[in-house]
Amino acid sequence: MAETIEYNGKSFDVDEDGFLLDFTQFTEEWLEIVMKEEGIAELNEEHKLVIDVLQDYYRKNGIAPMVRVLSKLTKFKLKHIYELFPSGPGKGACKMAGLPKPTGCV
Amino acid sequence: MAKHETPLLDELESGPWPSFVSDIKQEAEVRAKNEKGIDFQIPADACDDLLGLLELSFKDGTTHWKHGGIVGVFGYGGGIIGRYSDKPKDFPGCSSFHTVRVAQPGAKYYTTEFLRQLMDLWQLRGSGLTNMHGSTGDIVLLGTTTPQLEEIFYTLTHEMDQDLGGSGSNLRTPADCIGQSRCEYACYDTQELCYFLTMMYQDELHRPAFPYKFKFKFDGCPNGCVASMARSDLSFIGTWKDQIQVDQAEVALYVDGTTPANAGSHSGRDWGAFDIQAEVVDLCPTDCMSYVDGELKIYDKECTRCMHCINVMPKALKIGKQRGVSMLAGAKAPIVDGAQMGTLVVPFLEIDQTMNKQLADFDTEEEWMEYLEEKYEALTEVIEAVWDYWMEEGKNRERLGELMIRQGLQRFLEKIGQEPQAVHVDHPRTNPYIFWKEEEVEGGWDRDINEYRKHHAR
Ligand code: HEM
Ligand code: HEM
Ligand code: SF4
Ligand code: SF4
Repeated sequence: MAETIEYNGKSFDVDEDGFLLDFTQFTEEWLEIVMKEEGIAELNEEHKLVIDVLQDYYRKNGIAPMVRVLSKLTKFKLKHIYELFPSGPGKGACKMAGLPKPTGCV
Repeated sequence: MAKHETPLLDELESGPWPSFVSDIKQEAEVRAKNEKGIDFQIPADACDDLLGLLELSFKDGTTHWKHGGIVGVFGYGGGIIGRYSDKPKDFPGCSSFHTVRVAQPGAKYYTTEFLRQLMDLWQLRGSGLTNMHGSTGDIVLLGTTTPQLEEIFYTLTHEMDQDLGGSGSNLRTPADCIGQSRCEYACYDTQELCYFLTMMYQDELHRPAFPYKFKFKFDGCPNGCVASMARSDLSFIGTWKDQIQVDQAEVALYVDGTTPANAGSHSGRDWGAFDIQAEVVDLCPTDCMSYVDGELKIYDKECTRCMHCINVMPKALKIGKQRGVSMLAGAKAPIVDGAQMGTLVVPFLEIDQTMNKQLADFDTEEEWMEYLEEKYEALTEVIEAVWDYWMEEGKNRERLGELMIRQGLQRFLEKIGQEPQAVHVDHPRTNPYIFWKEEEVEGGWDRDINEYRKHHAR
């Protein structure tokens, strides 16, 4: 069920899994909401780099990058991406970056 | 009294086959009565609502599960299939109904103790419904809510020493035939190899890093009881290299009717007396057998190890002694560019039959794993070469079989270090669109048209 989260005067439309329904609703406040759900205490420069790379790629290509491409663009090994985002690049990083929910045979 | 009317589903309670409807109703009743006083962590009426929702789908002829769902546990990128119903108000008991894939033991041997422990967990934190097992092999726990996922994972790992299975673009849960545990045809220890590779590649299984999904399956012989050649990207099929072992005295017992052919598989119908010529010799696909003067002969050089003669006379004919595996690559279902079965890529990798120690022979599991790493080194080298290639070249959501078609078998063989051999093909190509490497052609590709014009005027 879609619901709307109100936070610090901003509102976000999300699905059951807590993914943003509309990428353009992404703001800094969104990061704060997702951090808590995704088990991240503090956002450092590396988190921000992953998020920036995902958003740039999504704006240019209309899809999320493959894991391999994300690793190449950020120069982070997959292991490190899991250290940054415990739920991994899909459920963790993409959700936080405001990208649409990964689909397929997940 | 059932919560919903289910007239269509009720029809499926008749007939001789075990009815899934009767079983689910029984579980719904157990949960309603709750004689054990369980503090159910998801709605007690999850099973009633599931039947109600299914009845609605029977009526409408359409699914009532919403698209997709991304849930999981921290540290892993897969293992749980998220699912939400599109009728949460009418059937609240199964509005969230996630599936948990649990890694199954080799060839699915269990103790009741383990299964009871698993079911205690699942009654408490899930619907009580399962799939034993998913097609890939996993134990499938059917239906729970998001807050229960970490709880289930904690109990599985901390109290049961048990991990999740795979899902997503990664190595999925490997599976095997029963192999040497209960089959005389097994050419290698399918369970050992399956367990070893599952443990060896836990990282690849839990954290999706591949262009798409990837499956291993292990058949002890070409009979294919786990259908590796049809259902895994990399299929391991046991075979032998030397001669079929023939026991002429046992052959005679088949011929005179003492021992039933095919271990009695066709006893339900009268097929007449066993005729070794018609049922074995004449059916051999390579015509490499003869039965003359009471002696069965096999010209093994021409035998393709199809298993037919062994399957018909298991007491008289045994697999050879020099054993190993064939590796086949690329099997997949139709999407995107058509169904594929595995293509033979490694005809024979011998597995040293003298290296057959057990876990009990070692002080620690680590030492056992080190020994297995050595035993199966030639195999893991091929696997890792396949992955290096596919991870670099594979397009998004491109199965290995599709990459093999897109870039060609030659390139694949080159990448995994296999010399092309006649056995790599069913038949040679019929079209003449043949690529040559520049270095194979004298003079290379750099040509000057003026040089050509000197001999051929325009
Ligand atoms: C004396 C004149 C010519 C000779 C001796 C000649 C000879 C050939 C030969 C031996 C082939 C290969 C057939 C095969 O691979 O089975 C071929 C293919 C072809 N030729 Fe010619 N050719 C001549 C003139 C032309 C002309 C004038 C044209 C076009 C204006 C032409 C167009 C083609 C085409 C399109 C093919 C490829 C057919 C295919 O791939 O199915 N040829 N020719
Ligand atoms: C828009 C124009 C054209 C297109 C899209 C086109 C496309 C193609 C394609 C797809 C092939 C097959 C390539 C292969 O088998 O790998 C081919 C072969 C060929 N084309 Fe064209 N072609 C065009 C114009 C022409 C013209 C104007 C000529 C000659 C005057 C020509 C002569 C040939 C010949 C001789 C072959 C056969 C080559 C071989 O068999 O190795 N094509 N063409
Ligand atoms: S695949 Fe072969 S070895 Fe494995 S169980 Fe079947 S017949 Fe036996
Ligand atoms: S295994 Fe098959 S090919 Fe080989 S001898 Fe027996 S029937 Fe013939």
